[in-house]
Amino acid sequence: MTWTDDGPLRSVRYVTATINRGSATAPVSPPTPGKPVHTAPPGKLGSSNGKKAVMAVTGAIMVLYLVAHVVGNLKIFYGADTFNEYAHWLRTVGEPAVPPRTVLTIVEIVLSVSVLLHMWSAISLARRARRARPVKYAARRKSQASGYAVRTMRYGGVIILLFLIWHLLDLTFGAVNPAGAEGLPYDRIVQGFAAGRWPVTVFYVVALVMLGLHLRHGMWSAFQTLGLAHGRGYRPLKVTAAAVAVVLVLGFLSVPLAVTFGVVK
Amino acid sequence: MHYTVGDPIKDAKAPEGPIEDRWDKRRFSAKLVNPANKRKLTVIVVGTGLAGGSAAATLGELGYKVKSFCYQDSPRRAHSIAAQGGINAAKNYRGDGDSIYRLFYDTVKGGDFRARESNVYRLAQVSVNIIDQAVAQGVPFAREYGGLLDTRSFGGAQVSRTFYARGQTGQQLLLGAYQALERQIAAGTVEMHTRHEMLDLVISDGRARGVIVRDMVTGEIETHLADAVVLASGGYGNVFFLSTNAKGCNTTAIWRAHRRGAYFGNPCYTQIHPTCIPVSGEYQSKLTLMSESLRNDGRVWVPLRKGDERPPAEIPEDERDYYLERIYPAFGNLVPRDIASRAAKNVCDEGRGVGPGGLGVYLDFADAIRRLGQHAVEQKYGNLFEMYERITGENPYNVPMRIYPAVHYTMGGLWVDYDLQSTIPGLFVIGEANFSDHGANRLGASALMQGLADGYFVLPTTVGDYLAAGPFGEVDAEAVDEAVGQVRSKIDRLLAVNGDRTADSFHRELGKLMWDYCGMERTEESLRKALERIPELRKEFWENVKVPGDGEGLNQALERAGRVADFFDLAELMCVDALHRTESCGGHFRAESQDADGEALRDDENFAYVAAWEFQEEGGPVLHREDLNYEYVKMTQRSYK
Amino acid sequence: MKLTLEVWRQNGPADRGRMVTYQVEDVSPDMSFLEMLDVLNERLILNGEEPIAFDHDCREGICGMCGMVINGVAHGEQRATTTCQLHMRHFEDGETVTIEPWRAAPFPVVKDLVVDRSAFDRIIQAGGFISVPAGSAPDAHAVPVRKDDADAAFDAATCIGCGACVAACPNGSASLFTAAKITHLGLLPQGQPERDARAKAMVEQMDVEGFGGCTNTGECTAVCPKGIPLDTIARMNRDYLKAR
Ligand SMILES: Cc1cc2nc3c(=O)[nH]c(=O)nc-3n(C[C@H](O)[C@H](O)[C@H](O)COP(=O)(O)OP(=O)(O)OC[C@H]3O[C@@H](n4cnc5c(N)ncnc54)[C@H](O)[C@@H]3O)c2cc1C
Ligand code: HEM
Ligand code: HEM
Ligand code: SF4
Ligand code: F3S
Ligand code: FES
Repeated sequence: MTWTDDGPLRSVRYVTATINRGSATAPVSPPTPGKPVHTAPPGKLGSSNGKKAVMAVTGAIMVLYLVAHVVGNLKIFYGADTFNEYAHWLRTVGEPAVPPRTVLTIVEIVLSVSVLLHMWSAISLARRARRARPVKYAARRKSQASGYAVRTMRYGGVIILLFLIWHLLDLTFGAVNPAGAEGLPYDRIVQGFAAGRWPVTVFYVVALVMLGLHLRHGMWSAFQTLGLAHGRGYRPLKVTAAAVAVVLVLGFLSVPLAVTFGVVK
Repeated sequence: MHYTVGDPIKDAKAPEGPIEDRWDKRRFSAKLVNPANKRKLTVIVVGTGLAGGSAAATLGELGYKVKSFCYQDSPRRAHSIAAQGGINAAKNYRGDGDSIYRLFYDTVKGGDFRARESNVYRLAQVSVNIIDQAVAQGVPFAREYGGLLDTRSFGGAQVSRTFYARGQTGQQLLLGAYQALERQIAAGTVEMHTRHEMLDLVISDGRARGVIVRDMVTGEIETHLADAVVLASGGYGNVFFLSTNAKGCNTTAIWRAHRRGAYFGNPCYTQIHPTCIPVSGEYQSKLTLMSESLRNDGRVWVPLRKGDERPPAEIPEDERDYYLERIYPAFGNLVPRDIASRAAKNVCDEGRGVGPGGLGVYLDFADAIRRLGQHAVEQKYGNLFEMYERITGENPYNVPMRIYPAVHYTMGGLWVDYDLQSTIPGLFVIGEANFSDHGANRLGASALMQGLADGYFVLPTTVGDYLAAGPFGEVDAEAVDEAVGQVRSKIDRLLAVNGDRTADSFHRELGKLMWDYCGMERTEESLRKALERIPELRKEFWENVKVPGDGEGLNQALERAGRVADFFDLAELMCVDALHRTESCGGHFRAESQDADGEALRDDENFAYVAAWEFQEEGGPVLHREDLNYEYVKMTQRSYK
Repeated sequence: MKLTLEVWRQNGPADRGRMVTYQVEDVSPDMSFLEMLDVLNERLILNGEEPIAFDHDCREGICGMCGMVINGVAHGEQRATTTCQLHMRHFEDGETVTIEPWRAAPFPVVKDLVVDRSAFDRIIQAGGFISVPAGSAPDAHAVPVRKDDADAAFDAATCIGCGACVAACPNGSASLFTAAKITHLGLLPQGQPERDARAKAMVEQMDVEGFGGCTNTGECTAVCPKGIPLDTIARMNRDYLKAR
C-alpha cells in the first residue's frame, strides 16, 4: 500500500528488534503477502479467463467438425463407391467457383489453428494451475464433485493428440496404412482396420473413449466458460453433453469395429 | 467500598435548544478542514466492525489519511459480521405510525432512562440515512414482491421498523462497509493493518496521538502516530469467558485507553440474551445465539418437580411448569430479554433445569407444530432448527429445544461526550466500545444502527471539528518510549512466569466467577465476594500462568494471555460499579432492589446518572457522575405483568 | 472417543513443515472440531510444547476465519459446514484424522494451519464495491429491486470469504469467491454502472495474485460452506467477456 501524495505517514518505527526472553534478535521481515506470481495479463485473451474462452471456442469448432466427420464416415456402410465418391466430393466441393480443394484446405487450416490454440491454452493453464497449487495434500483428496471425465481432461487431451497424429499418418496421408498413400479412402479403411491389424483398432477404441470423456465434460464446460449456462440446474446441460458424446463415440467406433469384425469388407 | 468520588461531569457538550435541531446545530457549528489540509492529517481507527469500518472508509473518502487496524486477517471478519436479527431505522415505510420521535422515545424508555436524550434523538434522526447508504452500497436487504424493502417488528416493538437481510443482517451491512473500506485502501487513502493488535495508547501534550500495536505475525512492536485516534474495538462481553461474542473480542484497546485517562462509563451494564444454546460440557468455548423470534411460537417450560430426569416426552402436561406463562400471563413467553433470562436462571437455581448440568430450559414447539403444521414451522424457523441440530445433534421437531441465557452485549464502555470524544482530547470512541446511546439496556436491532450512525455520519463531522485545530506538532518521544516499554514489559512478564496453568483456564474461572457473582442477578454479598476473589485470582494468574513460545512471530497463547490480564482489571471495575449502583435498571439487576413482583426497581432519585470511572493506580477508581435530565420523555417504571 | 490426529506443523513461512501425530482421548461427541483442538492445545501448553496455531473467531460459521483441510476435504466431509460448525459426532472412535492448512500458492502458510488470505482482500480492492460516498445516497425506496434478483444477489452475497473454494480447487482457482461478489453486485441495479469495470478488474486481479484458472471441476461449490452455486462463475465469465 503506497500513498499517492506527499510521502509516507508520519509514523515512527521505534522498535524493530523482536521480543524474546532476554536478548533481542535481528528484526524479522514480515512475510511477503501474496507475492504476485504473474503480472497483469496482456489484454482479455491473455488472462486465464480469456484463455479458457479460446479453449472453449476452438473446442466447439472441433466438435462441429467431428459431427460432420462422423456423418461422412458412416457413409462407409453404403459401400465403397458411395464412400469414395464422398471423399472425392470433399476435394471438389465448390468447384468450379473455386479451385479444387479450396474448401477442404480452409477446413484444414481452421482445424490446425484450432488444435494449436486449444493446446496452447490447455498447456499454459495447466502450468498456471500447477504453480497455483505447488503442494499436494497428504490425505488423499476425496473428490467432492467431479467424476472421472473431469480428472482426465489433461492427459486425455494428450492421448487424443497422439491419436490425431497417428490418424492423419494413417488415413489422410496413408504413410502407415497398408493401402499406402495412393490407396482409395475406402481401401485405406478396410485394410487399415483389418482383423490382423487389431492393435490399431484397439488404439482407436481407447482414444475414442478418451475423446468421449473429454467431450462429456468439455461440451458443458464450454457453455459455462462462455457464460452461456443459465440457471441453477446444470443437469439438462450435462445430460445433453453426455448424450452427444456417446452418440459421437458410437458413431465413430462403428466403422473400425465393423471392419475388424468383418461386417464391412 | 473501593472507590472515591470525584467532580461531577458538568457538560457533555450537547447543543442547547429544541431536541430536533441539536444535531443540525452541531453540524453547522463544527469547524471544517480545508481539503488540502486533510491530506496532512492522519487518523488512526482501531477496529473494522460496523463502527470502525464505516468510519475509516468515510474518513478516507473525505481525504484524511487513515490507518486502520484489526486483529483478524481481514477487516471483513470483525464481530459485527455475526449479528443476525436486523437494524432499526425510523423510515416509517409501512406507515404504521413510526417516526423519529417514536424511535427516540422507545430507545430512551427501553434503556430504562439511563441514556442521554440528545444522543438518542440524533441516533434516531440519522437512522434513516443509514438505510439509504447501505442500499446504495448494494446491501441485499429483504424485499417484498413489489421490489420495496421489507421490515419486521423486532424485540417487542409495536412498529415494523427493523430492516433485515435473512438472519445475516450484520454480515451484509459489514460487507457493505468493508467494500467501501477496500475501495479506499485501493485509492490509497486508507492504510490497512490486519493481524495487528493495539496494546497501548500514546498521549503527548495531553492529546491522544498514536497507538502501540503488535504485529501478530512477526511479533514486532510498532508505533503509529496520528492527529487523532478512534477506538472502535467492540464490546467486552468475553469477560464472562462464555458469551455470544466472537472468541477474539476483548477489552484491551479500551482498557489501555482507560488506564491512560479515558473515563469508563457504566461498566456494569451487561445484556443477557435468553435464547442461546446451553453449555454442553467443560470444553465449551463459546455460546451460540438463537434468534429471539423463536419465542413467538415456542413455549418455555421446565419439569414441575426438582431433579426430574425423565425425557421430556414422558413428562405429562400437569407435571410441567410453563413458568413464563404462569408468572407473566399478559406477555407470557414474550416478556423482554432480561425478564425471560432471569426467570430461566431462577428455575434452574431451584434445581429444575434440564440437560447437562441442569442449566437449560425447554423451548417446546410441539404445540406450534400441532397448531400450524410442521411445514409452517419449517418455513418460519427452518434454518434456526437446522443450526440447533448441527450443534446439539438433537432434532427440535421431535425433542424440545434446550435454551439458556448467555451474555450478549455490553452497554458500558468508554465515556464519550456528544461529539463521541472521550475524556482524552483527540481520543474518539464509537460503536459498542463506547458507553453508548443505549442506557442500561439495548433494544434489539439497535447496536447495528448505533455503530453505523457513529461511523458514517456522526464521527466524520465531529472529528473534523477537532482536527481543524491540527496538525498538532511533534509527538513527545519520551511518551512513545514509555508506552512501548510498558507493552514490552507486559509481554516479557507474561512469557517469564512459566507456571502451570493456561491463560484459558484462568479466563474460564474468572468468567464463571463473574457469571455467578456479577451476572444476571447481583447482590451486595455476591459482589463483595467477587471483589475479594478477583484480586486473588489475578495474583495467581501473574504467578502461575504458562505462556509457551516467545514473542517472535505468531503466538496465539500470548495474545490470549494478554487479553485475560486486562479482563481481570476490567472485571474488578465492573463489580465496583455494580456494587455502588444500589438500584436495578435494565441490564443491571440488584436483587435488593425489586418490587413486590420481582421486577427491577429503579432509584431515579439517587441514580439517574452515568457513572464515569477514572482510573487510579492506587486507591481504587474515582467516580464522576454525569446527571441525566429528561425533558422530553417522562420517567416511568416498566411493567410486564 | 479416542482419535489419532495427523496435523501439519510449520513454525513459520520459512520452515519446511511436517506432519505430526497426536493422540487425543476423552473427545466428546458434542464438541466442535475446534473445541477438540482447544483441548489438545491446552494439553500441549502444559507439556511445554507449542500449541497448534489455527485461525478462528466467531465460531458460528459466519466470519470465515476458520478453515482447515480435514481428511483431504476443505472444512471436512460434512457438507455446507465451516470447520467451527463441524462436530465430533461425525467422527468415529479410533479414527485417524489428518488436518492440513489450505494449500495454494496465493495463500502462503503463516504458521501451522494459519494461512495468509489477503489476496482475497486485494481482489475486492480491484473492484468489489459500489462507489458511494457516505451521505450522498438517494432514498432507499428510489430504486425498487425485483425480488428474485434481490434473492439471487443475496445467495451470492452470503460468501464468507473463507477460501475453502481455493483450497479444494485442483487448479487453485479463486473463481467461486470472485464470481460470488461479481454476481452479488452485478444483479442489483445499484451495481450496473461499474459492472463492466468490476468484472474486468476483479478477474484480472485473480491472475495477478497467482490463482489458477477454472476448468469447471465443481469441487469449490461442493465444499463451500455457503453453497455458492456454480452459475455465479458462468455469470462472471459472461460479464468478463462482454466487458468493454
Ligand atoms: C450473536 C450476536 C448477534 C447480534 N445481533 C444483533 C442484531 O441483530 N442487531 C443489532 O443491532 N445488534 C446485534 N448484535 C450486537 C452487534 O452485533 C454489536 O454490538 C456490533 O456489531 C458491534 O460493532 P462494533 O463495530 O462496535 O465492534 P465489532 O464489530 O466487535 O468490531 C471490533 C473491531 O475491533 C477490532 N479490535 C478489537 N480489539 C482490538 C485490538 N486490541 N487491537 C486491534 N483491533 C481490535 C476487531 O478486530 C474488530 O475489527 C449482536 C451481537 C451478537 C454477539
Ligand atoms: C489436441 C489435444 C487436446 C488437448 C491437449 C486438450 C486439452 C483440453 C483441456 C486441458 C481442456 C480443459 C479442460 C476443462 O475445461 O476442464 C479442454 C477442453 C475442451 N476440449 Fe480439448 N483437448 C484436446 C483436443 C480436443 C479435441 C480434439 C476436441 C474436440 C473435438 C476438444 C474439445 C474440447 C472442448 C469442447 C473443451 C471445453 C472447453 C472449456 O472447458 O471451456 N479438445 N481440452
Ligand atoms: C474411428 C473413426 C474414424 C474414422 C474411420 C476416420 C476416418 C477418416 C478418414 C478416412 C479420413 C481421410 C479422409 C480423406 O482424406 O478423404 C480422415 C481424416 C481426418 N480425420 Fe478421421 N476418422 C475417424 C475418427 C476421427 C477422430 C476421432 C478425429 C478427431 C479427433 C478425426 C480427425 C480427422 C482429421 C482432422 C482428418 C483430416 C481431415 C482433412 O485432411 O481435411 N478423425 N478420417
Ligand atoms: S465461495 Fe464459498 S468457499 Fe469460497 S470463500 Fe466464499 S464461502 Fe468460502
Ligand atoms: S473447483 Fe476450481 S476448476 Fe472451477 S469450478 Fe471450482 S474453481
Ligand atoms: S470461526 Fe467464524 S466461520 Fe468458523
